[in-house]
Formats: sequence, structure tokens, C-alpha cells
Amino acid sequence: MEQPFDLTLIWAGIIAFGVMMYVLMDGFDLGQGILFPFAPDEHHRDVMMNSVAPVWDGNETWLVLGGAGLLAAFPLVYAVFLPALYIGVFLLLAGLIFRGVAFEFRFKAKTSKYLWNWAFAGGSTVAAFAQGAVVGAYIQGFKTENFRYVGGALDWLTPFTVITGLGLVAGYALLGATWLIMKSEGSVQQWAYKLAPRLLLMVLVVFAVISVYTPFVDPLVKERWFSGFSAIWILPLLALYCAYIVFSSLRKQQEGMPFVATMGLFLFTYLGLLASKWPYMVPPNYTLYDAASAFESQLFLLLGFLFVIPIVLTYTAWTYWVFRGKVKAGGYH
Amino acid sequence: MELDPLVLSRIQFAFVVCFHAIFPVFTIGLASFIAVLEALSFKTGNPVWQKLSKFWIQVFAVVFGMGVVSGIVMSFQFGTNWSNFAYATANFLGPVLSYEVITAFFLEAAFLGVLLFGRDKVPQGVHLFAAIMVATGTFISSFWILSANSLMQTPDGLELRNGMYHVVSWADALFTASFAYRFAHMALASFLTAALVVAGVSAWFILQKREFETNRKALSIALWMLLILAPLQVFIGDLHGLNTLKHQPMKVAAMEGNWQTSNGVPLLLFAIPDQDAQTNHFEVKVPNMASYVLTHDWNGEVPGLNEVAPEMQPPVFIVFWAFRVMVAMGLLMVLFSIWGLVLRVKGKYYQSTSFLQGLRLMSLSPFFAVLAGWVVTETGRAPWLIYGQMTHAQGVTPSLTGGMALFTLIGYIVVYALVFSAGVYYLLKVFRGGIEKANRPHEQDEVERAKRPFSAAHASLEGDN
Ligand code: HDD
Ligand code: HEM
Ligand code: HEM
Repeated sequence: MEQPFDLTLIWAGIIAFGVMMYVLMDGFDLGQGILFPFAPDEHHRDVMMNSVAPVWDGNETWLVLGGAGLLAAFPLVYAVFLPALYIGVFLLLAGLIFRGVAFEFRFKAKTSKYLWNWAFAGGSTVAAFAQGAVVGAYIQGFKTENFRYVGGALDWLTPFTVITGLGLVAGYALLGATWLIMKSEGSVQQWAYKLAPRLLLMVLVVFAVISVYTPFVDPLVKERWFSGFSAIWILPLLALYCAYIVFSSLRKQQEGMPFVATMGLFLFTYLGLLASKWPYMVPPNYTLYDAASAFESQLFLLLGFLFVIPIVLTYTAWTYWVFRGKVKAGGYH
Repeated sequence: MELDPLVLSRIQFAFVVCFHAIFPVFTIGLASFIAVLEALSFKTGNPVWQKLSKFWIQVFAVVFGMGVVSGIVMSFQFGTNWSNFAYATANFLGPVLSYEVITAFFLEAAFLGVLLFGRDKVPQGVHLFAAIMVATGTFISSFWILSANSLMQTPDGLELRNGMYHVVSWADALFTASFAYRFAHMALASFLTAALVVAGVSAWFILQKREFETNRKALSIALWMLLILAPLQVFIGDLHGLNTLKHQPMKVAAMEGNWQTSNGVPLLLFAIPDQDAQTNHFEVKVPNMASYVLTHDWNGEVPGLNEVAPEMQPPVFIVFWAFRVMVAMGLLMVLFSIWGLVLRVKGKYYQSTSFLQGLRLMSLSPFFAVLAGWVVTETGRAPWLIYGQMTHAQGVTPSLTGGMALFTLIGYIVVYALVFSAGVYYLLKVFRGGIEKANRPHEQDEVERAKRPFSAAHASLEGDN
């Protein structure tokens, strides 16, 4: 059908933006959960949880918005990814439910506090791992025939996706630690300063593994990166530069910079990944145009999104503004 | 035994959606009740209304929180277990379900915070406005979801091209033949749920002699609502059934337990439908009554299940009994509404212990009715997923195996059991704390606390405070 303008491209932009918002924002609060078992005592845990309590559910909004948007704008992605990642999706949802409930109940609990600690830590770690594995599965590609997933239940679980899963766990932990540096003071902050460089190292190792491995398994990626000079090399270079800034700002004990630079590291890695796979949305067979829904459907929903996204953004900005400054332990009673 | 992914997926979907449904159906009604309390408080300045509102807002907060958590799972179920269906209908269901989520977010971002936490920070008029907007929003949310469901019952406005439905008329697709009835029936069900829970809880407080005057007022409002809504629901339910007869005759045949198309069909009060033998056992019936209800003619012709092959019939036993549970609950509600009126005329509806005890039990009835109603609607549509167009077997995820489906089915049951027993336990604590605790001033340390729905409630998880 003739389309007056390329809505599919606009929707790809919206979804990419939503995913990025999600990864950056839910990343640092999932990170608190990942670091939870390593915290020296209950006081540290109180500060950690308080540092994200007012914002975490707003952060998760982006996941649901992205999921709903996918069904409407790119149904093929929805209808291939979810069956292919069946077990992983279950783990992700179960993890998110447990940690969400832990937020509500830990503050109200006394004797059962340790249970909610575990729910929070376990739920966050499982959810982060599952998300990392999704990224790995996307890089690997899916076995499809005639717009249907035809692979097995655990095809997604390979050594490669385990590495990407662990990589994202480390990455979220890094976001969490640098966020904590920014939002806390005293012994909590010192603890986070100590953790961050080690986490950074883990993240870099995983990134290196992925960068070396991917071109080998995927001829498209190899072609894109290694056939002559390509402008996209700027992305990994910028990512490395961000990693350097994280490292040096940690050494100088700066408070805001480590978090900002970590976000930069995520952003450029993410853009690099998109550049590798473009325009494939369900690799290796289908591009974003194959995956798209009808023009009228995309248009119908776009109107709603254009109305709601600015409101959600404003609300988000306002929440963070109200919540600015350092967090104290001062638990709930 | 062979594990059938189709059967397991249906069980799983039914479990998850039934679980979800009980929360929104309550929050939709409660939101309107709170808006009414706020309006009364604004208009009269009588502190009783505010006291009540403070208490019921806490209940609302907890139930809303549980509704959100269980709803998120459902938006993924379509893709994991029904991917063929999701893919085929994405052009319609995608935007419509997204609009439901968007509506919920918009609400949460703009008004929920003001309603839950803003009482002392914004002018009273603004607080009232937020209450009204939250109530309106819950209805907009249910508009979208019921429109999606109605399209699956009575499809319209779509055209199949290369395995995907395309919307040819948004108006037809959004407002299909069963939509208006379903929306009205569901709206009344939500109001009834709120009315009966408020009545039951207030009755309980009155029996315990707590905050007598406040709870008496709440009980009085709830009983007036019940008196109007319960008979109206029976009437709307009848219209809904007649509409279904027109569009999905086999569903009605299953509801009536009617195996043969014939005239002068009796209404069955009791029976054990036997699908293998295509007949009923132990019938207890009212002669010619079904014909009269469905055709308004004592000898009218009523379609029977013999019009389709046995494998194209819905599971009759389930539909038949679920329908009877719903109708029984509806009639019980009417009975209580009349009992309440009689006692009120005599001036002592808040003194009759047996009435108050009965109301306590009745607070569970709307939940049974709602679940039974959905089971009738959804199971009665079988074997169709989209009536007359796509069967369950065609819609299920092709790569799904029995083992996978069983794994997640057990998983969801375990997760929900753990999480929601904590939620319900907490809700009961909020009830026990009552009006008194909800109105106790509390030194909340403003700075660090999450502005989450649950934090609107002040009960602690263990102990008595
Ligand atoms: C947008 C669509 C939609 C909506 C709003 C609902 N359902 Fe549904 N339901 C389905 C779409 C669906 C479905 C995908 O079409 C299922 C899955 C398998 C099936 O039988 O149909 C289904 C099945 C299904 C079953 C099993 C039926 C069977 O065994 O054949 C039950 C008991 C319910 N649902 C109950 C509900 C309840 C309580 C709802 C209210 C909250 C509800 N459904 C809303
Ligand atoms: C298959 C069916 C359904 C799906 C996929 C679904 C999906 C969702 C989702 C994702 C949410 C959470 C939104 C948020 O995060 O804030 C939600 C909440 C909600 N749903 Fe549903 N839902 C379904 C059925 C229903 C039905 C039948 C109704 C009512 C008639 C309903 C009414 C609501 C309302 C009012 C909310 C707001 C939260 C609350 O009040 O508890 N939903 N739903
Ligand atoms: C005696 C009174 C009632 C009658 C005759 C009646 C009739 C019906 C019928 C025929 C359906 C199925 C419609 C279809 O699938 O096409 C239905 C569904 C339903 N009923 Fe009732 N009903 C009654 C009372 C109630 C009560 C008291 C409640 C709850 C408080 C309730 C809640 C529901 C719900 C939630 C559904 C599923 C959604 C829908 O299709 O509207 N019903 N009812």
C-alpha cells in the first residue's frame, strides 16, 4: 500500500528509544538488587533500597510500554521472540514480580525482612540475566519459517547467551554502584567506590568477548564492520572512551561523573549493536519492514503515544527532581 | 499421559486472567465510590466522608497494586502461548491493548499520586478532581479491554489478508455487536462488587461496634446502590443473553444444557450434562421456561447443541454450571437488596445481626459471579478463539511443547500463590486496622519514601500495628 510517510521507521525509533530508556533507568535499580547480597549490613541495604524506591516503578513503565508497542507496531518481533524465549520470559516476569513485591513489603516487614531481601536480590538478578540472554539471542538470530518460530524451547540458551546474560548482570551492577556513589555518602559510598572498578573490568571483558565472537558467527556483522573503512567504528571508540572516564573519575572520587560515563558506555554499545544488525529486526531473515504491522494500525497508536510519552517524561523528570540529593538510611516504621 | 500444550495453555490463560480479573473489577467500582465520598465531603464538609475516604483509599491502593502486577503478566501471555493468534490479530489487538496500558500509565502518572498522597498538599477541589479522573480512567481502561474481548466474541470490521487481519473499519471493530451489552454488564458488575464489599466490611465493623456512625453511613450508601444495581444487572444480563443467542447460539445452548433444537424447552434448575452421551442426567426443570425467557413465547424454538458436530461444541458441563453460579449470585444479591429495603422501612437495617452477618458473606459473592461470568463467556466460545474464524488450535504457539507449558503453568501458580497470599494477608490487615487506623496521624518521614500505591497504606506486615 502507498504510505504518505515511513511510519515503520518512526516506530523503530520509538521502540529503540524506549528500550534504551528502560535499560538505563531500570538498569541502575536492578543493580541495587544484584549488589544486595554483597552489602556488608542492613544499614547499607536500607540506603540502597531507598536510593531507588521512589523511581523504580516509573523505570519499569518503559518495559511495559515497549512490550505493548512491539505488539502493535512490530507484531512479528512479538510473535517470534516470546515463543522462542518462552522460559526466559517466564523467568524475567517472575523475577520482576518478586522484586516489585519486595519493594512494597520490605519496608513494612520486621521479622520477615530477610525473606524480602532474598526476593529482591534473587528477582533482580534473574531478571537482569534474562534480559542479557535476550540480547544474546537476538544477536544469534532465530530459526523461523514462514513468519513462525520453529526452533526448540531452549535454543536460546547457549554459552554465548550465558555470557551476554552475565555481562548484563555485571553491567547493571556497575550502573547500580555508580548510581549509589552519586546518591549516598559515608561508608556506603566508599563501599560502592571499591566495587565499581571491578565491575567495570568484568563488563569490559564481556564486551570484548562479544565483539570478537559476533563477527565469526554472523557474516552480516563481519561484512559491516570489516569491509573497508566504516564510520560506525566511532561507536566502539566512544564506548571505550566512556569506560576510560568511568575509571579515571572513580580514581578521582568524583560523584556524578562515574554514573554519567557508565550511561555513555551503555548508550554507545547499544548503538553499536543496532548498527551491526540494521535493518534486521528478527535476524537472520526478517527486516523491520517485514516485521511491521499495517500503516493504519501504526498510525492509530502513534497518536496515543505522542500524547502519553511527553506526560510520562515530564512526570519522570519531576519525580527525579523531587528526589534529588543524597539519600539517608532513615527507614520506614 | 501425553501433555497437550493446547489444553495447558488454556488452563494457564484461564488461571492468570481469572487472577487478574478479580482486582480490576474491584478497583473500578471502588474508584467511583471514593470519588463519590470525596464529592460528598467537598459539598457537605461533614468529616465522616473524609474519614471513610481515607480508609477506602488505602484499600484501593493495595488492590490497585496487585492488579497492575498481575496485568503485566497477561500482556505477555498473548505472545508466549498464543503467538499465532497474536500475530494474526496484531493490527487490531496491538493498538487496543496498548491503549489500555497507556490509559493506566497516564492515570498513574497524572492523577493517582495526587489521589493517594496529595490530600494535604493540594486544594480539596483538586483532590476531588483527581479522584474523578482516576474513576474515569478505570472505565476507559475497561473500554479498551472489553472492546478487544468483544471482537473475539462477535468479530466485525476486519479483513483477512495473507494470514493477518487488517482493520477496515475502526468503528465497527471497536464497537462490535456484543460490546455495548458486555460493557454495561461489566460496569454494573464492578459497581456491585464495590457495593457488596463496602457493605460487608461496614457490617463487620458495626457488629464489632467500631466507629458506628461512620460505618452506618457507608452501609446505607452501599445498600442503596445494591437496591438499584442488583435488579438492573439481572435485566442487563437477560439482554446480554438474548444478544448472545443471536450471535453465538451454541454458547446459549450450552448455558441452557439444551442438546436438541426444539420448541417449548424447559429451564433446567439442576442437571449433570454428559457430553459423551450428548444428554443430561438428573434433570430438575421448569417446563417451557427457557423458551419463554429466550424467545418470549412459551413454545418458541430454542437452538440445541445437535446443530454442530460434538467436537465443535463448547464444554457443556463447565458453561452450564458457571452460568448457574453467576445467576444464583445475581438472584441472591436481589434478595439481599430487598431484605435491606424491608429492614430500612422498619428502620433497623443496622441492628439485625443475621442481616449483617449475611452481608459479610455476601461480600464474596460478586467475585464468584464475575469469575463464573467470564468462564461462561470464554469457555462458551470454544472451540473458537475468534468466533467462527479461528480456533484455539489454530491460535496456539506452534513451537510450544507440553513440557514448556506445564513448566510455566506450575511456575505462575507458585509465584502467584506466594506473592498474592502476602498481598491478601496485608489487605486483611488493612481491613482489621479499619477506619481508626487509617485516620490516625502518623509521622511519615517524607523524604525517602516511595510514592508507591502500597505506601498509601500504613499497616505493618507483622504484629498488630
Ligand atoms: C483480549 C482478549 C481477552 C480478554 C479481555 C479476556 N480473555 Fe479470556 N481468553 C482469551 C482472550 C481474552 C483467549 C486468548 O482467547 C483465550 C485463551 C484460550 C482461550 O480459550 O481463549 C481465553 C480463555 C479464557 C478462559 C478459558 C476458556 C476455555 O477453557 O476455553 C477463561 C476461563 C477466561 N479466558 C477468562 C477470562 C476472564 C476472567 C477475563 C476477564 C478479565 C478474560 N477472560 C478476558
Ligand atoms: C486479557 C485481558 C487483559 C490484559 C492483557 C490486561 C492487561 C493489563 C495490564 C498490562 C495492566 C497493568 C497496567 C499498569 O501497569 O498500570 C492492567 C491493569 C488494569 N486492567 Fe487489565 N488486562 C486484561 C483484562 C482486564 C479486564 C477484563 C478489565 C476490566 C474490565 C481490566 C481492567 C484493568 C484496569 C482498570 C487496570 C488498572 C489497574 C487496576 O485497576 O488494578 N483488565 N491490565
Ligand atoms: C441473574 C442475573 C444475570 C444474568 C441473566 C446474566 C447473564 C449473562 C450472560 C448471558 C453472560 C454471557 C454473555 C456472553 O458470553 O455472550 C454473562 C457474562 C458475565 N456476567 Fe452475568 N448475568 C447475571 C448476573 C451477573 C452478576 C450479578 C455479575 C457480577 C456481579 C455478572 C458478571 C458477569 C461477567 C463478569 C460476565 C463476563 C463478561 C461479559 O460477557 O459481560 N453477571 N452474564
